[in-house]
Amino acid sequence: MNQPTSPSGGERIVRMEKLNKSFGDLHVLKNIDLEVTPGEVVVIIGASGSGKSTLIRCINGLEEFQQGELEVDGNPLKPYGKATQALQKIRTEVGMVFQQFNLFPHLSVLDNVTLAPMKVRGMDHREATDTAERLLDRVGIADQAAKYPTQLSGGQQQRVAIARALAMEPRLMLFDEPTSALDPEMIGEVLDAMRELANEGMTMLIVTHEMGFAREVADRVIFIHKGEIAEEGPPETIFDSPQAEPTRQFLSRVLKH
Amino acid sequence: MDVTFQFDWQAAFASIPHLLTGIPYTLLISFAGLAIGFLIGILFGLLRISPSRWLRVPAVAYIEVFRGTPVLVQVLFIFYGLPQLLGGPINALVAGIAAIAVNSGAYISEIVRGGVQSIERGQREAGLSLGLSRQQTFRYIIWPQALRRMIPSLGNQGIISIKDTSLFSVIGVGELVRQGQVYIATTFNALEVYLMVAMLYLVITLSLSAALRLLERKGLVGQ
Repeated sequence: MNQPTSPSGGERIVRMEKLNKSFGDLHVLKNIDLEVTPGEVVVIIGASGSGKSTLIRCINGLEEFQQGELEVDGNPLKPYGKATQALQKIRTEVGMVFQQFNLFPHLSVLDNVTLAPMKVRGMDHREATDTAERLLDRVGIADQAAKYPTQLSGGQQQRVAIARALAMEPRLMLFDEPTSALDPEMIGEVLDAMRELANEGMTMLIVTHEMGFAREVADRVIFIHKGEIAEEGPPETIFDSPQAEPTRQFLSRVLKH
Repeated sequence: MDVTFQFDWQAAFASIPHLLTGIPYTLLISFAGLAIGFLIGILFGLLRISPSRWLRVPAVAYIEVFRGTPVLVQVLFIFYGLPQLLGGPINALVAGIAAIAVNSGAYISEIVRGGVQSIERGQREAGLSLGLSRQQTFRYIIWPQALRRMIPSLGNQGIISIKDTSLFSVIGVGELVRQGQVYIATTFNALEVYLMVAMLYLVITLSLSAALRLLERKGLVGQ
């Protein structure tokens, strides 16, 4: 496969250069440079409204950006990008897990997971079902396959959403505050599923407020402040000896309790 | 003067066989008209929410015109007016079906629009993020959910349109009201016959309500 390479020679799944994005007059992302290598787990932290969700939503084209360069697994996305073939390809190769789960309520758990492989990849029903059952088993909800999403707890729903995204065999997984809508007692089971995924070598880009989890699984932590990357580095550095003032202030606020 | 009116049950029941001959026309106009109206409604309802102004404007115009004028005027226009343009008569049954179609189509367009717009944005985003095309996302994710939410409003519209067909007695379609009028012209039992006519409409609309309740209960599984 033809992979983009950086000057240092490593393969890049995400390459973002001087990316700028505005909502009207509101400049939400400012000159973002970001590279993600295969197998890397990158956690993005920052205050609400800092632009961290918008950042990962640009990667699969749920938000368009106005300036800069973005390449995902070798597929270029253009500013003001409409539904191009490259975008279509990116979406089949990038999985996303949402804060609100966004499961399809009219489909059973199993059908939620088999829909995209069958319609997008042309997988036959038998094979898609086998894959789905294997994935549901992996996230610990094989016994719920025939139920409908609303019959499940929030934690179970989010694990179905993870299985649904994995069914497309993504090269990269995006997590947009996956535990923020969950009751506290259900956060652990979702983080466990994500931790397992990270240990298996999945490339992951995670927006989260779970600092303990970030410290544990991240290879690199990025702190976003007012639409800019204020600081990035290994979790030990960011959490134990943050350099930038905004990072220190943010961490003292969120780690206090 | 001592007027003691006796409701003549015998006359009422005697009219039923004759009235029943109108039912096939009432049902045919209603369901053929509503079926075409549903197709019109899907088309114009979706045009109505199109990002293109050139598609949206004609859809809004259609909806406003046919929702804003009486169905009686519409059928008179089609039956008496259009032949002047076309140069040939229009079958009354066809005129009735066409009037229900364009009239219900305008209302159903708005029902479709509301139904589709009621689906949370996250559903579309989830579909797209899985690699489904916009068309696939609509077909497999948005539409099935929207359709379920539309059932109560569609049922409402169905009942309204069924009753609207009673107006088409004016163009001579042999539907239920027309058959009642014809029967009364020879027997003069207006009270009894119109009561039976009303009962027969009620039988039709209550059956539809019951069918919709069943459909809704079935459709709501998993919602």
